[in-house]
Amino acid sequence: MQSSSRPQAPTGPLSAAYMSTATSSFSEFLATQAPDLLPGARGLAEASQGLGKQEVTHGTTIVALKFDGGVLLAGDRRATSGNLIAQRDIDKVFVTDAYSAVAIAGVAGLGLDIVRLYTVELEHYEKIEGVALSLDGKTNKLATMVRSNLEMAMQGLAAVPLFVGFDTEAADPARGGRIVSFEAIGSRYEEHGGYHAIGSGSLFAKSALKKLYDADAGAETAVRHAVEALYDAADDDSATGGPDPVRGIYPTIATVTAEDGAVKLPEEQVQAVAEAVVADRRERGE
Amino acid sequence: MSMPLYASPEQLMRERSELARKGIGRGRSVVVLSYAGGVLFVAENPSTTLHKVSEIYDRIGFAAAGRYSEYEALRRGGIKQVDMWGFAYDRRDVSARQLTNVYAQTLAAIFTEQLKPYEVELCIAQVGTEYGGDELYRVTYDGSVVDEPRFLVMGGQTEPISAKLGETYAENMDLAHAVDVAVRGLGAAASGNGGTSATGNGSPGGAKPSGTGLPELDKLEVAVLDRQRGRRTFRRITGAALTGLLPSADTSDAGEKPESEGGGEA
Repeated sequence: MQSSSRPQAPTGPLSAAYMSTATSSFSEFLATQAPDLLPGARGLAEASQGLGKQEVTHGTTIVALKFDGGVLLAGDRRATSGNLIAQRDIDKVFVTDAYSAVAIAGVAGLGLDIVRLYTVELEHYEKIEGVALSLDGKTNKLATMVRSNLEMAMQGLAAVPLFVGFDTEAADPARGGRIVSFEAIGSRYEEHGGYHAIGSGSLFAKSALKKLYDADAGAETAVRHAVEALYDAADDDSATGGPDPVRGIYPTIATVTAEDGAVKLPEEQVQAVAEAVVADRRERGE
Repeated sequence: MSMPLYASPEQLMRERSELARKGIGRGRSVVVLSYAGGVLFVAENPSTTLHKVSEIYDRIGFAAAGRYSEYEALRRGGIKQVDMWGFAYDRRDVSARQLTNVYAQTLAAIFTEQLKPYEVELCIAQVGTEYGGDELYRVTYDGSVVDEPRFLVMGGQTEPISAKLGETYAENMDLAHAVDVAVRGLGAAASGNGGTSATGNGSPGGAKPSGTGLPELDKLEVAVLDRQRGRRTFRRITGAALTGLLPSADTSDAGEKPESEGGGEA
């Protein structure tokens, strides 16, 4: 039928594309019905050529680690624009459905758009099909969405996600947590090592986790390790924000477990952990 | 060239209406009602996988009676519509009223333009923040819309069920009471209800006369839009949670174990 580039008006009859069973994917549907709503819509890549990389807001360090019974995802709160701090309290960690969470590093605006679309995508599939996607189905879909922004990435405007999820089909529920990383070209890699970090401070965060990581630790210890790793990243990477007790800004953390599913930790809990880490460091004089 | 058969528009509409009404009346019934904790859907449905009740959006649910393939297409279309709308604007900008208009336009267009009307009746329900704030819309095969304040009944033999619910429905019921009222309401028609399955393909095996005023309790699809839940309010009630809510076993024994299959009238 006629393809419009606007969402259908809320009064007209549903067109054939809406009634079709051709796809259960929201992003595919969006691409045919309202392509201008896609993140990094056509033309944006060329148009952004004149835009210096420095002028675009970047999100920075994300860490993920598995623990006994689940997996967690944590991010610092800083967004930078060149040598300036663009935002001090940006939230880069998102619960995307009942058993998954995604965080983004790189061009913040693009990453946020991808995550927003991805969240709708997962829920849309679940509503249409009556069942949620499998964990591998979810990561595969995310890889496709990252790849569709390759054009933007080639212009230096790359945003990459880090995915954590709990595999409800896992044989051993204690090891059901999974971490999957992505590249701008849409390749995905499962991180079997138990931890991973992306973004500008990832080198330092990973080094910290290398020494701290304990696969048999519980959620509480894992939260502590994540905050330690982000502290180390902020210590050596100017683009990563450390705990900010003056403004009351602390990392955001999401955990995914069999019992509670994917949940954001309450701010007070992260604050307590962050204050303990800072106090510990002060004692050691680091 | 042969002359097309002439039928007056009036006659055409009448015949289409009759066809749609018959199709919907052959199916099984669905009850949707507002209770203290939200909106309750109870559908007679022999299938556990082909749903009559579904989640549409954060606070919006969908129930349908009639031909499965047709209301399934409408359900998918509705989900695409609201997800698109919520993505283009904001999740708060999606409402049941809006979706009801889209369904009304769609069904009206199909009714007048296509050879065969859709044999479906839809309910679009939106849960409010408190009792009295819920919205229940009924959209019929020809695109007519009715706004029902407390409960609605669709499919199968609606009159006895509506009459029963009119007597038993109470304001601000809790969930167990609401399920009891809905299930006993469906039971009011159990003895006379038709024999087609939920898929509308005409396979026999309809509701049996139970003599207890209860429908077949193992063939109920129950879901709620739960006011108290966070973003996504839709929740199916199945298994032990459902068994605990259904009218007590001592009155339902006879209904669950009928002697013969001969009760349904095809």
